[in-house]
Amino acid sequence: MSHCNCSSPDPIRKNGMHELLAENVLSDWLKRDDEMNYLRSMPSLESVLMWSQYNNQPTSLAITKRTAADHVLDKGMDRRTAVQAMAASLMAGMGFFQTACNPFAPADEREKSQLAWDDYFQGNFRIMTDKEKEETVRRLERMYELNTGKRINISAKGPIPGVLYGYAFNISKCRGYLECIRGCIEENNQDRETGMQYITLHEHKKGQMNFGEAPDDFYHEVPRDGHFYIGTQCMHCENPPCVDVCPVQATWKEEDGIVVVDYNWCIGCRYCEAACPYDARRFNWQDPVVPENEVNHNQHYLGNRLRKKGVMEKCTFCIQRTREGKNPACVEACPTGARIFGNLLDPNSEIRWVLANKKVFRLKEDLGTEPKFWYFMD
Amino acid sequence: MKPVHTSEFPYDAGKITDDIKPKIVRSFLKDAFDSITRGGAGYHVWMGTLTFVMLTGAFAYSIQLNEGLSVTGMNDRVSWGFYISNFTFLVGVAAAAVMLVLPTYILKDVDFSKAVLIGEGLAVAALFMCLAFVTVDMGGPARVWHLIPGIGLFNWPSSMLTWDVLVLNGYLFLNLTIPFYILVCHYQGKHPNARIYVPGVIISVFWAFCIHLVTAFLYAGLPARPFWNSSLLGPRFLASAFSAGPALIIIVLSVIRRFTDYKVENVTIGKIALIVTVAAQINLVMLGSELFKEFYAPTHHSESAVYLFFGLHGFGGLRPWIWTAIMMNLFATGILTLNPLRNNHKWLLPACAILFISIWIEKGMGLIIPGFIPGPWGKIVEYTPTWIEICVSLGIWAMGMFIFTLLVKIAIPIETGKLRYVTETVSSGEKTTTNMPASTNLV
Ligand code: SF4
Ligand code: SF4
Repeated sequence: MSHCNCSSPDPIRKNGMHELLAENVLSDWLKRDDEMNYLRSMPSLESVLMWSQYNNQPTSLAITKRTAADHVLDKGMDRRTAVQAMAASLMAGMGFFQTACNPFAPADEREKSQLAWDDYFQGNFRIMTDKEKEETVRRLERMYELNTGKRINISAKGPIPGVLYGYAFNISKCRGYLECIRGCIEENNQDRETGMQYITLHEHKKGQMNFGEAPDDFYHEVPRDGHFYIGTQCMHCENPPCVDVCPVQATWKEEDGIVVVDYNWCIGCRYCEAACPYDARRFNWQDPVVPENEVNHNQHYLGNRLRKKGVMEKCTFCIQRTREGKNPACVEACPTGARIFGNLLDPNSEIRWVLANKKVFRLKEDLGTEPKFWYFMD
Repeated sequence: MKPVHTSEFPYDAGKITDDIKPKIVRSFLKDAFDSITRGGAGYHVWMGTLTFVMLTGAFAYSIQLNEGLSVTGMNDRVSWGFYISNFTFLVGVAAAAVMLVLPTYILKDVDFSKAVLIGEGLAVAALFMCLAFVTVDMGGPARVWHLIPGIGLFNWPSSMLTWDVLVLNGYLFLNLTIPFYILVCHYQGKHPNARIYVPGVIISVFWAFCIHLVTAFLYAGLPARPFWNSSLLGPRFLASAFSAGPALIIIVLSVIRRFTDYKVENVTIGKIALIVTVAAQINLVMLGSELFKEFYAPTHHSESAVYLFFGLHGFGGLRPWIWTAIMMNLFATGILTLNPLRNNHKWLLPACAILFISIWIEKGMGLIIPGFIPGPWGKIVEYTPTWIEICVSLGIWAMGMFIFTLLVKIAIPIETGKLRYVTETVSSGEKTTTNMPASTNLV
């Protein structure tokens, strides 16, 4: 890249141009970059709240005296950039933010603000290019590091070709130990404060299968005499009503059959929760809390990364594990081997063996949702 | 008073207009602003009270924004509550404006002309309340731009919620532009051009049915919730809307003609009362049909109705609500059905108020909440709105009344001929109003 190219009015992108520049030019550019980052460091109201909550202190934000309109004029933009710029000027105009110019604000603070800003205007994950996905997860990792000083690893790994996941639950084996629930909560960083759980275990009286009369909040020695246990969770329907109803396509079915939610895109309308016949979706009614020492640092963007208040979440078949070829945490945690997981397209998989050799059934089949979650007895 | 036919319209001949100059609009907006900022003590006390309630609501909402929706009574089992209940009801009120628009503009039934601008104003206020209720119900209101087609990802046509966004905003647009056009014409003392507004009116009639049907389909389209998953839901929404909405219009018209010099004939109110009556009767027929289906041979899918009306497994939090609503509904419909009582305003107004409240309960606590109880696995978690939800909702209702008062405060002086466009006469430099008599009949 030549010198004159660099003076084109596009100082924001950093794609590696610095290496090719002489040292003094480089330092000039870094300064310029800083300034521009600074300029873009006007996060949304929500992100501001989020950041100040993380830090337990009022966030100091600063923007330069240059208005966002200058920013608009500076570069050719796509639609989203234009909206960002417009929103910025709107917010600045409404006095949402401190307008005092403070070039001595710590670099950390400025970076945080910048990242929060990018976070707010991030697009829908499903339609991102691989490069954008990569940038997004790097940003999330960096945000976490800036807040906690700890590093995490967030994957954006896509579906493995030729894989369609399915699950089978052996009613004869389950003894109600609830180990699956514990494993799930630890693996998936679920909110400890409200005790959110993706898996529900229903304790049925023998002789009937009436879910309405089967408690799911039992605390006594198990297995209880005269009772049997059935677990439910997201069934990863082939024909998921929750996906159809989402007004913003914040939830969708991946190629490998996993139904996921983009926590950054969800607007929290809870229509999907009303549409799910299996009580599988969980909403963050308040800020979720996971103590740092309990956070699972191996994360996936569509899986167990930390959520925020006001968004929907659910079981993802432990996408962060299963896309690496491992079993979901509930399958690992179950001491009785009642849980079976595998690739439905692989004729040699255990799940295919179960489907071929056991008499299986699914719940609420009459609704036509085609769940990929089967039950069977020995 | 004999209805005035268009040809005898008391304005200057040939004053049909379809051009609205920016200058006139500017003057209109300025006069409108003057009109809403001036008023008697009663007006200011009323607006002040509404502002106070709105501020209380805003304060409650700020708590909800900070803490999250956990400050409401909602949870993962009952995931929609008081907000969505109010939303559903208000969509019906907004849709009801059509009951007045239809005969006035299309059938040229002049008796309704005095009511129609009021009805449209009511629709506008109700729509703003609807949008506000949906917004306060959202977990991420800051991310609402994800819904804007082009910038966000609009899941149309798959999601009924996107249909609702479209029809509600379209209806809001129609109900803002049509009265605006008519008012600006009347403001100049001219007759609006039918070729401009009648197509808009026909579309808005069609649209009004859409908004309520689409809102019903929002719920009816969920097989996961058998209580809502019924083909009668849409028609029943229409029937209840077309009784509650005009009932409110009757009350509002009575208040307006009492406190302003805007004259509304008894015959107008009588005709609207007839609409209310017929719609309320149809609504009761449908209710009977629903009750028969749920209780003659109750299945697993009737559990929500059993819970609602009689309680289930020892839980019965909604029983007082629904029985109050049914009793009020029967009582009001009974009064309305009897001609002598309906024609007597001492009976008519209370009956309308009772009907309005009964349908508010029925569409909210009696429809949205029981849809979630029992949950998909038969578990019962009851729901009661918290004070935050109640304050926010009151604030939104106050906002609706505030908007409605503003609209009426602009429309009435124009319709009574008190507010007119002032032209500058070049020669003398003195101001004159367009010469015309105060109008009695405008549309
Ligand atoms: S179980 Fe519920 S959340 Fe899971 S895919 Fe099916 S409908 Fe969606
Ligand atoms: S809560 Fe989120 S995922 Fe669910 S329908 Fe609404 S926007 Fe979509």
